[in-house]
Amino acid sequence: MLEIKNLHARVDGKDILKGLSLEVKAGEVCAIMGPNGSGKSTLAHILAGREGYEVTSGSVSFEGKDLLALAPEERAREGVFLAFQYPVEVPGVNNVYLLKAAFNAIRKQRGEEELDAMDFLALVKAKMQFMEMDPAFLNRAVNEGFSGGEKKRNEILQMLVLEPKLALLDETDSGLDIDALKVVAKGVNKLRDPKRAIVMVTHYQRLLDHVVPDKVHVLAGGRVVKSGGKELALELEKRGYDWLKDAAA
Amino acid sequence: MATDNKDVDSLLRGEYRHGFVTDIESDTVPPGLDEDVIRLISRKKQEPVFMLEWRLKAYRHWLTMKEPRWAHVKHPPIDFQDISYYSAPKSKKDGPKSLADVDPKLLETYEKLGVPLHERAALAGVAVDAVFDSVSVATTFREKLAEAGVIFCSFSEAVQKHPALVEQYLGSVVPYSDNFYATLNSAVFSDGSFVYVPKGVRSPMELSTYFRINASKTGQFERTLIVADEGAYVSYLEGCTAPMRDENQLHAAVVELVALKDAQIKYSTVQNWYPGDAEGKGGIYNFVTKRGECRGERSRISWTQVETGSAITWKYPSCVLKGDGSVGEFYSVAVANHYQQADTGTKMLHIGKGTRSTIVSKGISAGHGQNSYRGLVKIAAGAEDARNHTQCDSLLMGDQCGAHTFPYMEAKNPTAQVEHEATTSKISDDQLFYCRSRGISAEDAVNMIVNGFCKDVFKELPMEFAVEAQRLLAVTLEGAVG
Repeated sequence: MLEIKNLHARVDGKDILKGLSLEVKAGEVCAIMGPNGSGKSTLAHILAGREGYEVTSGSVSFEGKDLLALAPEERAREGVFLAFQYPVEVPGVNNVYLLKAAFNAIRKQRGEEELDAMDFLALVKAKMQFMEMDPAFLNRAVNEGFSGGEKKRNEILQMLVLEPKLALLDETDSGLDIDALKVVAKGVNKLRDPKRAIVMVTHYQRLLDHVVPDKVHVLAGGRVVKSGGKELALELEKRGYDWLKDAAA
Repeated sequence: MATDNKDVDSLLRGEYRHGFVTDIESDTVPPGLDEDVIRLISRKKQEPVFMLEWRLKAYRHWLTMKEPRWAHVKHPPIDFQDISYYSAPKSKKDGPKSLADVDPKLLETYEKLGVPLHERAALAGVAVDAVFDSVSVATTFREKLAEAGVIFCSFSEAVQKHPALVEQYLGSVVPYSDNFYATLNSAVFSDGSFVYVPKGVRSPMELSTYFRINASKTGQFERTLIVADEGAYVSYLEGCTAPMRDENQLHAAVVELVALKDAQIKYSTVQNWYPGDAEGKGGIYNFVTKRGECRGERSRISWTQVETGSAITWKYPSCVLKGDGSVGEFYSVAVANHYQQADTGTKMLHIGKGTRSTIVSKGISAGHGQNSYRGLVKIAAGAEDARNHTQCDSLLMGDQCGAHTFPYMEAKNPTAQVEHEATTSKISDDQLFYCRSRGISAEDAVNMIVNGFCKDVFKELPMEFAVEAQRLLAVTLEGAVG
């Protein structure tokens, strides 16, 4: 589904990714781990199409398409979703409004009919109940005045509603207490599907206790230095990253 | 109803608007202004003596006045002797001969706004006889109003048919000596609208510019007077969303509202004068005096405006809260894009006891636009327990535009409660990326954010106007964020 080949990228003239290669298959749940500054978040942002990153060489193909050639909204409509580490506040715009616009933009791309307001509301409310969220939340402005936990929950709600083919989670576990973490994990697990890939960028084992990955890739120095199964994450938890940094050098 | 139908006809046949004037040798007087020109205007309009006297008083006063320079706008000096002060719809004669001569950008905008084909030429000022299919609608409309006793007609007609009402209320809110532009308007105003809603009557419909094109042909010195008698209610809608091109660069209109005891007037404007091309050439200078007086107890006046047009806008719809317990409201969205300059705001003058006012101003600046909010809240010594709340927000798009806020407050009564809140925000790259990463295009994301920003004002507009206003903003700000 996703194939990254020898990707090099820089930010502000500084090389961050230095020949990263990675393949993610449909149905896979994988974790990308690594020390600070290893390029994890950069990778997530480049995949979603954020400006300010210069890809100097390499390629990213998503379902056979050149992902890097697409605008961020086109990627989203193709089925790529990024759950932000720091979700952005959009004052004055209701959650339900943003969600509906996004939902219908994606349906349109798939050649499906737009859903009317009533049907859409029913759909969202069901998902919100699953995410243990207060319905009043729908009429609040996007992320405005949300606690850290509410913001993350909202990201997962959006993901459940938009049903992406490829879900990228950028440090979704950071700043969550254990109860919120469990709800978020429940949301992610709900999305597990043989036709879908989930990529979790994370620093810690914590989230992986609740969302068990099929694969773990370790990033260091802008490359994947080790790949393995879920045991690899546990090993990292015990040994830290230092023993792998040498491999990157 | 025969007379009513004739009125409709004359309204609809814009060219013949001044058709009751029979002694005209020519349609236009040469440029320049002196007492003879004013006498001529008054004679051609067959006005009663009090009108002429009033015009002359205004003119003599105007000679002693200087053009104001305090607004945060820049423009080359205006030669007031180079303007013709009386002409039958001038734009039709001097305008482009066909749509092919019109700024293609303007046509594109009509397309996007969904302006019906037959209205486009008229809006662009093309010299053709516009065809309207709304005659029957307009007639029904007039009949219904007449049944309720509501007078809604052109100012010229009101001067002829209801001189006592005009004499009683004209200049009672905006006196002829008020300010440079209002005084000039008082001396030379061509036409406008007149509304009188009798005691206890609720106007059976919104007084929208059903004849939206014709009503706009009243020229550069337009005058509107709306009187709501005791316990009456009226909602008046001015303007239209389609940009109007006009050969007259200077527009100096006056609007006066009078609300008597327990009366309510809601005045909504969506104004979209031609702002000029992307370099700002050819746009309208819009210098307007709008003021309402809550004369009676518990009366209420609301101004709601969405201003997207004009090269320069200078406009401060105000409320004089005389009656005890009266309420003044001002809701405004002003957009300055490209090289537009907007200096707009309001004045709330609290005179009566327990008077309340609300100001919500939303300024949007894009391109090289300069947007200024200027507001005055004044609490007179006798205004016990007066309250004001002002919310003044600016939204910036891009980094070459500007937003300025000039709030003035004077409270002479210690019981006054005056609050002012102001924010400035910018549509950030982060917000855009967030929306785009959810599948929403950059344009749609900008619209969504702008509409969210303006929500508090849009909800004050009548429903169909609010929808038009949203679409208008979308078109106005197109391409404002890369």
